[in-house]
Amino acid sequence: MANIIGAVTTSHIPAIANAMANKAEETPYWKPFFDGYPPVRKWLNEKKPDVIVLFYNDHGLEFFIDKKPTFAIGVADEYHNSDEGWGIATIPPVTGESELSWHIANSLVEDGFDMTICQEMKVDHGLTVPLSLMWPGNEYGHVKVIPVCINCEQHPMPQPKRCYALGQAIGKAIESFDSDMTVAIFGTGGLSHQLDGEAAGTLNRQFDLECMDKLVDSPEELTTYSNLDLVKIGGAQTVELNMWIAMRGVLRGKVTELHRNYHAPISNTGAGLLLLEHEMPK
Amino acid sequence: MMTANDPTQPVPGTYLFDGKMAKKGYGLNKMCFSFNEQAARDEFNKDPDAYCAKFGLTEAQIKAIHERDIIGLLQQGGSIYYVAKFAGLLKLNMQDIGAIQTGMSLEEFKAMLVKRGSGEA
Repeated sequence: MANIIGAVTTSHIPAIANAMANKAEETPYWKPFFDGYPPVRKWLNEKKPDVIVLFYNDHGLEFFIDKKPTFAIGVADEYHNSDEGWGIATIPPVTGESELSWHIANSLVEDGFDMTICQEMKVDHGLTVPLSLMWPGNEYGHVKVIPVCINCEQHPMPQPKRCYALGQAIGKAIESFDSDMTVAIFGTGGLSHQLDGEAAGTLNRQFDLECMDKLVDSPEELTTYSNLDLVKIGGAQTVELNMWIAMRGVLRGKVTELHRNYHAPISNTGAGLLLLEHEMPK
Repeated sequence: MMTANDPTQPVPGTYLFDGKMAKKGYGLNKMCFSFNEQAARDEFNKDPDAYCAKFGLTEAQIKAIHERDIIGLLQQGGSIYYVAKFAGLLKLNMQDIGAIQTGMSLEEFKAMLVKRGSGEA
C-alpha cells in the first residue's frame, strides 16, 4: 500500500507569489511570514514524498459558474497554470500522477463521493502558490501532484463535516493503492478573511489559532461548524478552512505537530502554516 | 463602518454568493471571467460599453462597472472572485478594493487589518 507520511497546511494568497517574484521575502512586512517555511522545506527535502495530494479551491480560472463542481479531482499527467487576470507570473507545469488519481477517483465514487473527474484542468494560485512556497525557484517538477478542488465560491458549498469525510475516504483510497510510493497531503488556503462587502477586512486571530490547535488534537470539533458559522466567525472566505479539514481527514492515529507558524495580516488574511505527522496504524 | 445593506442577507456587510446571486450576476460574472484573457481585457478597455453589451449586462450592472462601485457589483450578483478580475484590470489589488468597500483610505484599511491580525481588535 502507498504510505501517507504526513501533511502540510499553508496559505495560498496571490500576494505571496508577487512577493516571491519581487524578492521581498526579507522585507519587514513579509519576513515573519516567510521565516515560517524553512523547517517545512527541510522536512519535504528529507522525506521526499513521491506524491502530494493537494486540496485547494479554484478562484475562477478552470471553473466558471456555468458548471461548478462541488468536489473535483485531477487525473492528468500534467497541469498548467494560466493568466488569472491580474498579472501573477505564470509558472512551470505541475507533474501529475494519473494512475493513483484514477485509483482515488474510483474508490471515492464507490464510497459515495461523486467527484467531477478532470483530464484537463488549469490550476490557479490556490494550487501553485503552495508549491512555489515549498520549493523555491519553482523546483517542484519532480513531485507528482494530485489536485483535489473544493467549491469555496458559490453556496451551497460542501460542509466541513463532508470535507472531513472526503479526506477520510481519500486516505482509505491511498492506503489501498498497491505501491510503495510515499504521499504527503497539503491543505491550502485560509484562514480567516473576508474580501467582499462592507465587512471586508474581517479577520479573527483567536479563532485561527484555535482552529490550528483543534486541527491537531480534536478535528471532529471543527466539523460541527457550518459554512455559515465560519462566515460569521471569521469572514466570508473563512470557508477555505474546509481544505485544512479535508487534509486532516486523511491522517489517522496519533497526530504530532512538528512545526507551526501564524502571521496576520498577509494581505487581508490570517496566514497559518502547520507540519503534521501521524502514527500509521499497523 | 458596517452599513445597513440588503436585509435578506444573514451576515451584516456580507453578500453571500448563492443561487439567487449567481443567477442575477451571471452575465456580469461571465464578462469578468473573460478577463483571464489579455485579449478580452484589451477589448474591454477599447470600448467598455460595447463589451458589457456583449455579455448582456443590466443597466444597474453597467452603472456599477462605470463607477467602479465594488459594493454595487456585489449587490448586482457579482462574485468577488470575478469582481477581483475586474479590479485587476483596473490595477487594483484586494487591499485597494477592501478600502473602497469599507469607505476607508488604504492606510486606514491596512491599519485595521494590522490591529485585527495582532489580536488588538
